[in-house]
Amino acid sequence: MIPAAFDYNVAESAEHAIQLLGEYGDESKLLAGGHSLIPMMRFRLATPTVLIDVGRLDDLRYIRSENGHIAIGAMTRHEQLENSDVLADSCPLLRHVASIVGDPAVRHRGTLGGTMAHSDPASDLPAAVLALGGTIVAQGPGGTREIAATDFFKGYFESVLAADEMITEVRVPANTGGWNYQKFNRRAQDWAIVGVAVADGGKGISLVNMGSTPIRASAAEAALAGGASAADAAQAAAEGTTPPVDHNADVEYRTHLAKALTARALSEAGVG
Amino acid sequence: MTATIGTAMIRKEDPPLLTGENKFVDDIHAPGELWMGMVRSTSAHAKITSIDTSAAEQMPGVHSVYTGAQLDEMNLWLAPLPCAWPVTDDMVNPPHYPVAIDEVHHVGEIVAVVLATSRYLAADAIEHVVVDYDYLPAVTSVAQARDSGVLAHSELDANKAYHWPLVPDPDALDAAFENAAHTITADFVQQRLIPAAMEPRGVLAVPSPMGGDVTLYSATQVPHILKVMIAATTGIPEQKLRIIAPAVGGGFGAKLNVNPDEILAVTLAQKIGLPVRWTESRTEAAGSTHHGRGQLQHVELAADSDGKLLGVRVHVDADMGAYMMLLTPGVPLLGSFLYSGVYDVPAFGFTCDGYFTNLTPTDAYRGAGRPEASYAIERAMDILATEVGIGPDEIRRRNYIAGGEFFENFDAASTLTFDSGHYGPTLDRAMEIAKYDELRTEQQRRRDSGEGKQLGIGLCTYVEICGLAPSRALGGLNYGAGGWEHAVVRMLPTGKVEVVSGSTPHGQGHETSWSQIIASKMGISTDDVTVLHSDTALSPLGLDTYGSRSLSVGGVAIAMAADKVIDKAKLIAAHQFEASPDDLEFADGSFSVKGTPTKSVHIQELGFAAFTAHDLPDGMEPNLQEQVTFDPPNFAFPFGTHVAVVEIDEVTGGVELIDYIAVDDCGNQVNPLIVEGQVHGGIVQGVAQALFEIALYDDDGNPTNPSLMDYLVPSAAEVPSMQLDYTVTPSTSNPLGVKGVGEAGTIGSAAAVMNAVVDALSPYGVTDMEMPATPKRVWHAIQGGGS
Repeated sequence: MIPAAFDYNVAESAEHAIQLLGEYGDESKLLAGGHSLIPMMRFRLATPTVLIDVGRLDDLRYIRSENGHIAIGAMTRHEQLENSDVLADSCPLLRHVASIVGDPAVRHRGTLGGTMAHSDPASDLPAAVLALGGTIVAQGPGGTREIAATDFFKGYFESVLAADEMITEVRVPANTGGWNYQKFNRRAQDWAIVGVAVADGGKGISLVNMGSTPIRASAAEAALAGGASAADAAQAAAEGTTPPVDHNADVEYRTHLAKALTARALSEAGVG
Repeated sequence: MTATIGTAMIRKEDPPLLTGENKFVDDIHAPGELWMGMVRSTSAHAKITSIDTSAAEQMPGVHSVYTGAQLDEMNLWLAPLPCAWPVTDDMVNPPHYPVAIDEVHHVGEIVAVVLATSRYLAADAIEHVVVDYDYLPAVTSVAQARDSGVLAHSELDANKAYHWPLVPDPDALDAAFENAAHTITADFVQQRLIPAAMEPRGVLAVPSPMGGDVTLYSATQVPHILKVMIAATTGIPEQKLRIIAPAVGGGFGAKLNVNPDEILAVTLAQKIGLPVRWTESRTEAAGSTHHGRGQLQHVELAADSDGKLLGVRVHVDADMGAYMMLLTPGVPLLGSFLYSGVYDVPAFGFTCDGYFTNLTPTDAYRGAGRPEASYAIERAMDILATEVGIGPDEIRRRNYIAGGEFFENFDAASTLTFDSGHYGPTLDRAMEIAKYDELRTEQQRRRDSGEGKQLGIGLCTYVEICGLAPSRALGGLNYGAGGWEHAVVRMLPTGKVEVVSGSTPHGQGHETSWSQIIASKMGISTDDVTVLHSDTALSPLGLDTYGSRSLSVGGVAIAMAADKVIDKAKLIAAHQFEASPDDLEFADGSFSVKGTPTKSVHIQELGFAAFTAHDLPDGMEPNLQEQVTFDPPNFAFPFGTHVAVVEIDEVTGGVELIDYIAVDDCGNQVNPLIVEGQVHGGIVQGVAQALFEIALYDDDGNPTNPSLMDYLVPSAAEVPSMQLDYTVTPSTSNPLGVKGVGEAGTIGSAAAVMNAVVDALSPYGVTDMEMPATPKRVWHAIQGGGS
């Protein structure tokens, strides 16, 4: 497939990228790893007239332990997360989830900031950040703001980011509490038909591909907090969701998977 | 290298392929070339009411835009796209032009062509061609084609294209069913599959405006057939056409056709005097390059009280798609003879009705009719085993031809003569490798424990027809070509050997295998052999590569031509020794006089003598070059037993193939490494049909998964490390005793996997399941919601 014509700019810095976003407005898109945007452009599902390449901003590639959380530069690639000693010590859930995104080629190009901004409800890492109660740091013309992951996702492929904002950093709490990620799919490199991330011994449970955004399984979390067994809490996992229908699953099957995989994830996470 | 027949030699082809040195069509460029951009129908069935090309013509880089009506007036072709297999005299075959003229019949059919200076500009311009349609109801399945009054072609009065019967003895068949202790019936769906070769199809046509010649580079399996067909379709004199299939990255049958783009590239390049090219995108391929399978099968078995088969009766409704392409109508016939499988079936009957639908045309896809047949009989045998109350291994043993013992030249009730077979040992060995009894014990343990991961074990003993083919047999089936293959072997003056192969590789490793045959025959190194192929100027005669025919027809021709070169060289050696040829012996490449080992000359030394021709026997022509056209006396019938082991998670419905055992018999093997590769790939392609792949459409006939994101081609991550072994039962159909193995894996594996899936699900009352056995389908079946 052949994308429509577009102009290409290389951002020299986050500030430069934001300036270019301001200049070109709605018709422009930031290009990071490109593994979501470029396929959409090749299908002409996305036709930005200007690409602003932020993928060369090496100063946004870092994984640092800071004051009880881990700060991750937006251009950090999945492969760096997958092999991070900092994450191994302080946030093994994120490390593990990064290791099963797509295939090695995707993981060597894809970036954490890019996948958050893309806000695909079927993506793995946004759900993991959501379960962990992470924070997104966004920079705009007026400076930076911090957005809780729970407030970040707005709709299908849509976040609360303004047109002239870019993600510069993602923060997740240092947390080694009981964790697990269940990804159910048909081929190793596919998106999850349904996925479930459990963080912090079940205090954070999020669902992949069970609605228009990555979502927290709030009813299940509340049931656990209220003393329900893991098995009983899992039965509430799909409450309030609007599962999509596609070739792989109907509503009934997705609902079942959300519950069953939550039960598995909780069990694997050591939640009783 | 000293490899000979039987050596597991690493392929000669691989270094230039792996380093990117070899050129595929898309890598080849010609100065001044224009890209075709295809405007494709977005409707499955409609009248074209208008096409406005004016905006597109004004787009940057656009050379010209042509509609079907305009092309029709330009008289670029004499005839519609060819169908070479009119299976019956009254077969309905509506005209199929490269570009639709007034009515479209499937999504993806070309309605206009843009020529532009780049691929990108062509892609931009096609968005500005405005096509108005008057929509017609679409036929979106073969069942609908058969049962509804909706017509796929409004100019036809029915959707049925043909009825083809193969019922050698109807009375015997009826009697078999009347006298049976057990009868079973089963209905199976062979879903449509999208062949997804690693390299997409593509073309580059380079004209010679002054000379009138045109060279077509095409990612094709069949340059020779293409040459004949393009000449016949376009009227371009055949001697002016040169077809080159450069490096071709797999085909699986999808590159065995005469496609609209090939005709368009050649005729437009000739018309405008500039090179014309095109490479399909994956989504274009999904709608325009032909599909595989697409059948509804109704199978009936009759057996005595011991489960011994008395009769097999089969009816197939086959989905032709929108048009008859090169071999479309014949694909089910290729399978027809195999619905009795590896079994001694006294009475047999097969009928097939072909129907038009408003979907992409179907045609050959790895196995072409034979995987469908093998699936039907092997699934049905499992159902019969349950009916009789015996195991799936036992039902097979009781019915194997010759009781599972060795046989030659068995006349099957389906009218073919099986060359040779020895089925029992493949089952014994496969069950031994699989540790079948232990698997059954473990299966029972899991069922008893209720732990939720069910084990399923599936068997399949397949037989296939390959070595296409005796030309007379093909003629009897109304096939439009012969089945011979051509070879030239020439020894160059310096003793090196050039082989010209009519059989055209697209990944099979012909260069390696043919070198091994020459090395074995002549006693020379494989490094001294070069194989020329895939260019009709280098290799003017050939019938190409499909149907697992290359080795058993083309390879045999190579061996026979080598023998003729050796025979001639022997005369020269005898002349040099002043001895009678009868007194010479040939070993390790050298001729020597019996009893006088000091008098010896290597065959490679004789190349120069034949070239200078200073001192040849009286009347002998100079040079050492011989050709052979081999037309086999019979097909070859490879066989084998496969065992699939699946684990099904009853919670998610997920099916995991955890072990796969294949014991294949393809007769003598030239290169066991290549055999192994073919078996691996073939098995995965059958696994793909069983568990992953299906071309899906909505109710209007729009494809809903036409990309590799949604059309799930499995990767190495989805299959276990397979356990392969072989038995060797030489073919009686050719002097090398070889059969064929390109399709065997696919023919065996879908049935083995689905037998395993149904076996795993039997505790839940599941007795059958449609392919692919998706987690959704499996989970619903476990819930009792049907399959």
